[in-house]
Amino acid sequence: MCSAFLCFIKRTVLAAMVCWMLLLTEVQFVLADENERWGIGQTATPEEIQAWDIAIRPDGKGLPPGTGNVEEGKTLYLQRCALCHGAEGKGGLNDKLVGRLPSGEFPFAEPGAPKKTIGNYWPYATTLFDYIRRTMPYQNPGSLTDSEVYSVTAYLLYLNEIIAADLQLSANNLATIKMPAVVRFVPDDRLQTSNVR
Amino acid sequence: MTRLIKNIKRRELLRQGVTATGALLAASALQANGRYMGPPVSVSGERAAEVNLKRQTLALTHSFTPLQQLHGIITPSDLHFERHHSGVPDISEENYKLLLHGLVERPLKFTLAELKRFPAVSRICFIECAGNCQDYFSLSAETTAQRLAGQTSQSEWTGVALSTLLKEAGLRPGAKWLLMEGGDAALMTRSVTLEKAMDDAIIAYAQNGEPVRPSQGYPVRLVLPGWEGSSCVKWLRRIEVGDQPWMTREETAKYTDPLKDGTVRQFSCVMDARSIITSPTFPQQLEKGWHEIRGLAWSGRGRISKVEVSVDGGGSWEPAELQQPVLDKAYVRFRKMWQWDGKERLLLSRATDETGYIQPRVKQLIDIRGQGSLRYHNNGVIGWRVNPDGSIYYDPVV
Repeated sequence: MCSAFLCFIKRTVLAAMVCWMLLLTEVQFVLADENERWGIGQTATPEEIQAWDIAIRPDGKGLPPGTGNVEEGKTLYLQRCALCHGAEGKGGLNDKLVGRLPSGEFPFAEPGAPKKTIGNYWPYATTLFDYIRRTMPYQNPGSLTDSEVYSVTAYLLYLNEIIAADLQLSANNLATIKMPAVVRFVPDDRLQTSNVR
Repeated sequence: MTRLIKNIKRRELLRQGVTATGALLAASALQANGRYMGPPVSVSGERAAEVNLKRQTLALTHSFTPLQQLHGIITPSDLHFERHHSGVPDISEENYKLLLHGLVERPLKFTLAELKRFPAVSRICFIECAGNCQDYFSLSAETTAQRLAGQTSQSEWTGVALSTLLKEAGLRPGAKWLLMEGGDAALMTRSVTLEKAMDDAIIAYAQNGEPVRPSQGYPVRLVLPGWEGSSCVKWLRRIEVGDQPWMTREETAKYTDPLKDGTVRQFSCVMDARSIITSPTFPQQLEKGWHEIRGLAWSGRGRISKVEVSVDGGGSWEPAELQQPVLDKAYVRFRKMWQWDGKERLLLSRATDETGYIQPRVKQLIDIRGQGSLRYHNNGVIGWRVNPDGSIYYDPVV
């Protein structure tokens, strides 16, 4: 009787242990469900994000405080940009930045096409601010203040006959500037067919 | 004997416990039958002294893979092409972190060690610069496959699936695009669709079994299988989730395709099917008789299903053999034995992928897009002219 009871206890304990181990096995190797996370990585603080989050969108999201103008932009351009991009942005060691085409002309698919400039090809003025701030001047990127970036942006937009000489450029108006080529940009449609496009 | 002594010195036999006298005696004895004792084991291997494999550099910003000197489908990591915008940054693991924020439930940051704790994925795929073959019309006849089309390479990439990280952070409603930002001096940025990010994007920390090399993005780069190289942001330090593209300079002013109808095709990131014969090509010298025409074919749309070669400039085409494995969005090595009869020949190759897309002639691309458009995404058929004297030259066929 006693030994049968002991045997029963043994079996029960053993069964419970097996069940427990099976359960353990499951939680050790897979996530419980598709909503569970691995829990790897730390929370990124608002300060950490703010320090790196400098991207500007076409709708103006991300544009910082500050203001700039054509006159100051010209002074900065001659000091910091002209060596590579030429006086008045006509090109030098690096890209030509300034140039317009007669209205309605867009010959970039033709052989011997003109140089793509801010005025004849760039679809968004916000891209100009973003790119100057993140990448220029080439040898010392990040060295311009936000107001200086507004000024260089203003000068280049002025040279490209996009804005007037007296415009004060800031977060209030940069995203509203309409670039001539913006209407020409269309999303990729090649993958809708196996034909060559 | 001088050479032997030099060899012995170089290989530091003394350090191995062999006396100079003994080594010299051994060297002398072995010289009689042309054999001599080789170097002992070493901590890292080198290529044979007479093998000269080098990237070809152009300006400060481009280098090209020596396609015509390689075999198989994996590019040795040190020969992977480069395209940098502001040089190769020196980033240590200690100073590295990856930020993931924006339209997510939980903004997160990861160290390299943390990224390695996630489930790993590995895959073989090509990475090709959108501007590969951009000098198609201006290069001379004395142009190698490397200089013409060497802005493409293939590796096995290992890392964590981007979808895994996005799930960890939790996407918020409206998430459609991601900004990818590099930690180089240019802080290079590209916008990537959420669809691609969730499909097969890899946050890669290893290349061909070793940590990603600095020129390829150490410690971490983005790999988007089948997409143009510039979207595979190197030295990746920040991922922001948003509801629209950022319209960065590299997806507006650059890497876009102006078309004949006056529009500009944007976000044309998938690389269409291409093939190139890598042998025989310039500067090889051919003898009459049997040769194997060899090359690479790939497509950003999927697997290669067929490669054909022509030796008469496209008058007739013959199917080439495809070396297994044929992988998705990856190089396949093709081969075709051919008996050269000593006559002038024009060698071409043409790839077809599993979607039915057939690699076009350059003339087709000019007719559809315009020649000025072919600064980027020129995947036209490439030609090599074999002259009766056995010389082979690049031929910009249309």
